Amino acid sequence: MMTATISATPDPVDTSPEKTAASAVVPHPAAPTRNAAAEQAAANLRIAVRRRREIAARIAAPLLGLLVFLTIWFAVSQMGSIPGPAKTWEAAKVVFSDPFYKNGPNDQGIGWKIGGSLSRVAMGFGLAALIGIPLGFIIGRFLFMRNMAEPVISLLRPVSPLAWLPIGLLVFKGADPAAIWTIFISSIWPMVINTAVGVQRIPQDYLNVARVLKLSEWKVFSKILFPAVLPYMLTGVRLAIGVAWLVIVAAEMLTGGVGLGFWVWDEWNNLKVENIIIAIFVIGIIGLLLEYSLLLLARRWQYD
Amino acid sequence: MDRYLNIDQAGMIFETRKGAFTALRDINLTIQKGEFVTLIGHSGCGKSTLLNLIAGLSTPTSGYLFLSERQITGPGPDRGVVFQNHSLLPWLTCFENIHLAVERVFAEKESKAQLRERTQKALEMVGLTQAADKRPHEISGGMKQRVGIARALAMEPKVLLMDEPFGALDALTRARLQDELMRIVAATGSTVVMVTHDVDEAVLLADRVVMMTNGPAATIGEILSIDLPRPRERLAMASEPRYLAARKAVLEFLYQKQLKAA
Repeated sequence: MMTATISATPDPVDTSPEKTAASAVVPHPAAPTRNAAAEQAAANLRIAVRRRREIAARIAAPLLGLLVFLTIWFAVSQMGSIPGPAKTWEAAKVVFSDPFYKNGPNDQGIGWKIGGSLSRVAMGFGLAALIGIPLGFIIGRFLFMRNMAEPVISLLRPVSPLAWLPIGLLVFKGADPAAIWTIFISSIWPMVINTAVGVQRIPQDYLNVARVLKLSEWKVFSKILFPAVLPYMLTGVRLAIGVAWLVIVAAEMLTGGVGLGFWVWDEWNNLKVENIIIAIFVIGIIGLLLEYSLLLLARRWQYD
Repeated sequence: MDRYLNIDQAGMIFETRKGAFTALRDINLTIQKGEFVTLIGHSGCGKSTLLNLIAGLSTPTSGYLFLSERQITGPGPDRGVVFQNHSLLPWLTCFENIHLAVERVFAEKESKAQLRERTQKALEMVGLTQAADKRPHEISGGMKQRVGIARALAMEPKVLLMDEPFGALDALTRARLQDELMRIVAATGSTVVMVTHDVDEAVLLADRVVMMTNGPAATIGEILSIDLPRPRERLAMASEPRYLAARKAVLEFLYQKQLKAA
């Protein structure tokens, strides 16, 4: 009787073999374990090798890409008019050796140039966020406002950014405010539109929670509306800052002053092409950093 | 008779592009305090619509609903709702999700410490103390639904409304949560209205099973009282004649009298 209880037959009272088979609950024989450890080790090895290969590919591919780029650049430079990588590198060492010198209002170090461009972008983009995001909330929340704003936005959004520059010069009577205005008007649309879309896409379930709890308007905004819209809003912000950075270089070429855009134009007039190439790299790297930091920021508010 | 929740000649007509659609008509139902009522019917019979009427999320186009002698005119925290897809806010932790509801109901009368204690107790009740600081996407479907139940019950509502709360869960998790719900309802004496499409769930949990006819223009077909003592033991019920008879009655209603024309 004792053995019958210990063996895994489901019903200890009924131990006749036919009945046990008929009940169809037969204990599963333990799997053979002799080779298990060896198989496990082999599998681990395979996984380790594959992972090493993946990591190598992930590092090697971008490096190879850069190498191809440098080769093409070098080949093009051999044709004459454009300085090659080596010459540009030498020029860069000079440019970056004293980034914060000041020789009068228009001849300043690379640090000041970057700072000038960034501060204009910050101003124009900041103003655009300050107005565009609340506007997006209002447009998203109220159908009437949406219908009202839609034709105006559709009309103004496709306008090329630099077309706004003369209006800015005329109204603000200064190069700097005009550049900031151009950044403002061209970077506001992605924020307005994405915020509005985010508000419209808030799941009805969340709004039902608010209704069932009868939350105050402030609580609805701070606990439901704002967090639900935040990911959309940040996408808008990321697109907007990309646009702003694209536009500032072009705007500064026309307005002058201390900044990367005017630097490019100035060096064209001086025919120091290697400095133009340095400027292109600086603009690209800063754009990349802006984009990447906003991606990191957005990831902070990914909920799923 | 105690008319705690009273539905009087309620009807619901939706305006659609194809014209008026009568979802519900002539709903008359009285639910007593502490009663557990399940609503069952084929999909599209308007059982969720009826629950939304009680929740106040929509208003009937005819008839009236009363909760403890006051007419229901909109949603309110005296009716805790557990939604089918849990509806937890993904940016708040489990604790914060419940606390939002607790704060809304009790903040005027109680201190912050008391509010926190209430939230903690609600988490304890559903056995999720250790998941307090987790966000909804970090826990399983069953756990999310438990947080939903805790959030609804933490408001100490007059009636707990559940819209197919376990519909999206696997059978084993569902059974465990049903047992847990029975325990919680027994401990709190809650009045519950639950929408379900699961015959076993309807019979096992309910004091009365309200069976609805097929839509459009659905109404209450039959009401079956389940006179089984509590606590009900799932295994014992499997061979309990009264349980099996009730189950058969519901099945007959659904699959003979209200057989879907589909």
